[in-house]
Amino acid sequence: MCGICGCGSSSKSKFSPLKPHHHHHDEQDSHDHAHESHGERLIRVEQDILAKNDSYADENRAYFQQHGIFALNFVSSPGAGKTTLLVATINALKNTRPIFVIEGDQQTDLDADRIRATGVAAVQINTGKACHLDAYDIGQAVQSLSVPDNSLLAIENVGNLVCPSSFDLGEAHKVVVLSVTEGDDKPLKYPDMFHAADLMIINKIDLLPYTNFDVARCIEFAKRINPDIEVLQLSATQEPTLTAWLDWLDTPAA
Amino acid sequence: MHEISLLESVLDTLETQAEQQGFQQVKQVVLEIGALSCVEADALRFGFDAVMKNSLAEHAELVIINIAGQGVCPKCQQSVLLETRHDPCHHCGSFGVTVLQGQSMRIKELIVI
Repeated sequence: MCGICGCGSSSKSKFSPLKPHHHHHDEQDSHDHAHESHGERLIRVEQDILAKNDSYADENRAYFQQHGIFALNFVSSPGAGKTTLLVATINALKNTRPIFVIEGDQQTDLDADRIRATGVAAVQINTGKACHLDAYDIGQAVQSLSVPDNSLLAIENVGNLVCPSSFDLGEAHKVVVLSVTEGDDKPLKYPDMFHAADLMIINKIDLLPYTNFDVARCIEFAKRINPDIEVLQLSATQEPTLTAWLDWLDTPAA
Repeated sequence: MHEISLLESVLDTLETQAEQQGFQQVKQVVLEIGALSCVEADALRFGFDAVMKNSLAEHAELVIINIAGQGVCPKCQQSVLLETRHDPCHHCGSFGVTVLQGQSMRIKELIVI
């Protein structure tokens, strides 16, 4: 760490090593900033806290657009059925278009293994203690997967309805998956996520007779938060219920 | 606890600013946190000292300016104060108020040496 200005300190920020640091620490003389002013002073920053993540997200989005990659960011609470939905989607589509998957979990490769069992390439990102994927993670993963042009890129975020809502990854759409074994009031309880999503998938719809989940109430709550949100109902384990979802993936608007 | 990730991002900005503006130590960090942003001011305060430890902002004071949520009703076009994103318009009761202010999380200014 530079003892004069403190730059190069042992920040825990995962972003810090990524931007080149034009500072020559070999010679004190190369410091060109004003060390003679030791009084307190005010510095106006006026910068979004997420500016760095957002700039990586913009780079990802530009890359996806240039290469015709359709990127979706799947979010839900743990156990809503994101991985099962992805496996079913891959099995339905893998012979018609290239599909790649980025799996985010705090620990283990288990979800990536489930995806790879379908024959599709997947990269697992273990976020450790972090509760979300960030745009830098995605940029790195896309390079490591060598995602070809015109692919469908499915990003399965960490199971969490709070934190991933803040972190733009550069995706075309956030897709929030909610299962009928959860509460139908989740859109009101976690409004940021339902506001950020363009599509809500109500999953495990075949279990509806065994729950007191009220589909109409759930949709009404979601539209209160986000009047434009689209809604699909399906069961990832029942292939015939996937038709509208597969059509959604295929529409030019998507 | 995405507040920790956000604070790490704040620290990263402080280090970049230190390099660009030539300061050695941060005495005060002023953040603007919108009432409708997905961040809890108390959680930021809780994590701030831990994240800033051993950095140029160790022992810095954290000041949080709360920005009220504000929007406009799509039906009656009146201005609406919002405590949460899904509050109905308090003039006509409609949902789907368009948010105009209160979603941001910004580093406003610093006092440095």
